[in-house]
Amino acid sequence: MKRKKVLSALLAVTMIAGLATGCGNDSSSSGSSASSGSTQEAKGKVYYLNFKPEADEYWQDLAETYTEETGVPVTVLTAASGEYEKTLKSEMAKTDAPTLFQVNGPVGLASWKDYCYDLTGTDIANELSDESFALKDGDKTAGIAYVIENYGIIYNKSLLEKAGYTADDITDFDSLKAVAEDITARKDELGFSAFTSAGMDGSSDWRFKTHLANLPIYYEYKDEGINNTDAIKGTYLDNYRQIWDLYINNATCAPTEISTKTADDATADFVTEEAVFYQNGTWEYNNIADVGDENLGILPIYIGVDGEENQGVCTGTENYWCVNAKASEEDIQATLDFMYWCVTSDEGVEAMCRDMGFVIPFPSNLESENTLVNEANKYLDEGKTPVTWVFSTMPSEEWKNGVGSALTAYAADQTDENWEKVVTAFVDGWATEAAAAK
Amino acid sequence: MEKAIRRYMPIFVLPTFFAFILGFIIPFLMGIWLSFCDFTTVTDAKFVGISNYIEAFKDTVFQHSFWYTLLFAVVSLIVINIFAFALALALTQKMRGTNIFRTIFFMPNLIGGIVLGYIWQLIFNGILSHYQTALGLNEWYGFWGMIILVSWQQIGYMMIIYIAGLQSIPEDVMEAAQIDGASGIQRLFRVTIPMMMPSITICMFLSITNGFKLFDQNLSLTAGEPSKMSEMMALNIFNTFYGRTGWEGVGQAKAVIFFVIVVAIGMIQLRATRSREVQQ
Repeated sequence: MKRKKVLSALLAVTMIAGLATGCGNDSSSSGSSASSGSTQEAKGKVYYLNFKPEADEYWQDLAETYTEETGVPVTVLTAASGEYEKTLKSEMAKTDAPTLFQVNGPVGLASWKDYCYDLTGTDIANELSDESFALKDGDKTAGIAYVIENYGIIYNKSLLEKAGYTADDITDFDSLKAVAEDITARKDELGFSAFTSAGMDGSSDWRFKTHLANLPIYYEYKDEGINNTDAIKGTYLDNYRQIWDLYINNATCAPTEISTKTADDATADFVTEEAVFYQNGTWEYNNIADVGDENLGILPIYIGVDGEENQGVCTGTENYWCVNAKASEEDIQATLDFMYWCVTSDEGVEAMCRDMGFVIPFPSNLESENTLVNEANKYLDEGKTPVTWVFSTMPSEEWKNGVGSALTAYAADQTDENWEKVVTAFVDGWATEAAAAK
Repeated sequence: MEKAIRRYMPIFVLPTFFAFILGFIIPFLMGIWLSFCDFTTVTDAKFVGISNYIEAFKDTVFQHSFWYTLLFAVVSLIVINIFAFALALALTQKMRGTNIFRTIFFMPNLIGGIVLGYIWQLIFNGILSHYQTALGLNEWYGFWGMIILVSWQQIGYMMIIYIAGLQSIPEDVMEAAQIDGASGIQRLFRVTIPMMMPSITICMFLSITNGFKLFDQNLSLTAGEPSKMSEMMALNIFNTFYGRTGWEGVGQAKAVIFFVIVVAIGMIQLRATRSREVQQ
C-alpha cells in the first residue's frame, strides 16, 4: 500500500512536471544566455525573431559574439520558411515578446503598426545610406531595411553559348522569346531546355504569383505615378500572359505538370544543366553555386513593355527591422544598440555581408562575394533603371493565392477563358481584398 | 478499496483536470471571446461585437467548404465503415495468419497525416501525369484522393474496434440462430449487426467527426487547389486566420460556428445509433 502511495505521488509529480516544462519558455534554445558569473548590471535584453532560415546559423553566432562583448543577452529565434507571421503572432502574445522583429512592407506593417517603435532619429535610422530604405507609417519611421536583394532571370552562360547566344543578344522580350523558342525547337539536339520548371507547388509558386506579378504592377504604378492602390487596372496583364506563356511552354516539364513541381525541382533543373534560364534571386546563390561562378549571370525580366531595353533587374527588399514598442525601455534601448552594432562594427558587418551574403543599405557595406549580386550590380553601373519591389503592396496572401491558382489552371489548359480567370483574380481580386483588409 | 480510491481521488484526477483546464477549457473560452474581437495577438484584443460572424456568414467560400466537407464526411463514413466491418468479419474467421493481416491493416494508422498527404500526393500525381493532368487541377480528383487516403489510414483502426465487438458476441446466441435455421445473411443482419451496435456507434462517431475536422491531409494533399474548391472547413478557418490582415477574428468566428456544427452533427448521429443498441 505504501509503495502504491509513493508510486501515485510520483506519477502525479511527473505529470505536473511535464505540464510545467511543456508550458515553459523554450525560446532560449540556442547559446544566448548571458555569460556566467557576469557582474555587469542588467542592461535590458534583445530577442530577435529572424525571418531568414538560411541565415539562422550566422545570427546565432553573431548574437553570441555580441553577448560576449557587451554582456547583453541576445536571443535569436528563426521561424520556419513561410511560417513567419504565424510564429510572430504567437510570440508577440507572450510576456517575453520579441524586441526585434520583421515586417515585409506596407501590408505587413498594417497588422503590426501598433507594435512598431518610432525609429525616427535613432542611430540606426541615421545610418541608412538612403532615406528610401526606411519604411514609413505617416511621419513615423516604423521599419528599417537591412538587406537589399535582386531578382531576375538567372542564366547559365556556358549553356547559352552552347545554344549559340550570349546575354548581349537578349535585350527585350522579343529577343528573349526568340532565344527561348529556338532552344526549345532544338531541345533534343542540345540536351537542355530553355526554362526550369515553373513549379506552382507552395515552395515555388511565390516566384510567379508574387515576384513575376511585380512587373505588371510596377509598370502600372509607373504610368499612374502612384506607389500603392486599392484598385489595380491590369494594364500590363497581356504582358504578364506573354512571359508566363514563355515560361511554361519552354520549360523542362509539360505545362500540365507544374502544379506538382517544387522549388527543389527547379533548382535541380538548373544545377544539373537541364535548363538555361531560372527566374529567382540573389538569395539563391548558395544553392546554385555548383554550376560555377564563371557560368552564372542574371538577366532582367523582360515582359514586352516599351523602353524595356533600359530596364534593370528587380531590386528591393521585403525585410524591414521593427522594434517592439511594447517592450520595456531598457529592452528597446538594448535592441537599438544591437542593431546599430550589427551594421557598424567590424564583426557585425563581416557577418552580415560575408557570412549571410547580404547587401546592406548602410555605408559600411562590403563588396559582395555573391556572384549574382555583382552581376546584378552591373546593370546599375550601366545606368539601367532597377525595377522596384512593389509586390509588398499586394493586398493580402489571399490575393496571391487566388492569382496563383488561376495561373496553374491556365497553364494546364491555355485558353482565353482561363486567362480571363487570371485577370479576374488579379483585378477584381485586388479590389475585393483591398476592401476586405481592415 | 473503494474508500481508498475515493481518498486518493484528487491525486489521480487533479493533474489531468488541471491539464484539461489549461489545455482545453481556457483556450476554448478565450476562443469564444476572441471571436467577438478584433486582434492581432491573442492577448491584445478589442471587442467589436458580432461583425466577425456577419463576415463569416457572408463568405461564399466558407459555405462551399461546408457542403464539400459534409459530402466528404458522409462518403468517408460510408466507405470506411463498410470496408472496416467487412475486414473485421473476414479476419475473425478461422484462418491462418489473421493476426499478421490485422497488424498490416492497422499500420497506416501509425503514420501522421501530413506525411501521408505528401506521399499520396506523389502517388496520385504520378498516375495522373500519364493523363496530362494533376491533383490540383480538379476539385473532385482532390475529393476522391482524400477519400482514398483517409480510408487507407482509418479502415485498420475501425477494423480493430469492430473485431473487438465481434469477439464479444456470445457464442450461444449464434448457435441458437444456426439451430433455428437462420441463413448466413440472416444471421449477419438479425444477430451480428444488432449485437454490434455499440461498436458501430463508436466507429461512426469517430469517422464522421474525423471527416469534419480533417486538416493535415487536406493541407498536404491538395492545399485547397484549385482555387479553394477542395478546401475543407478546418483549412478554410486556418487560411482565413492567416490569409488577410485583420481577419483573425473572422477566422475565430468561423471556428466557433464550426464547433457548433460538429457538435450538433455528432449528437444527432450518436442519438440515432444509440437508440438501435440492444441489450445483450
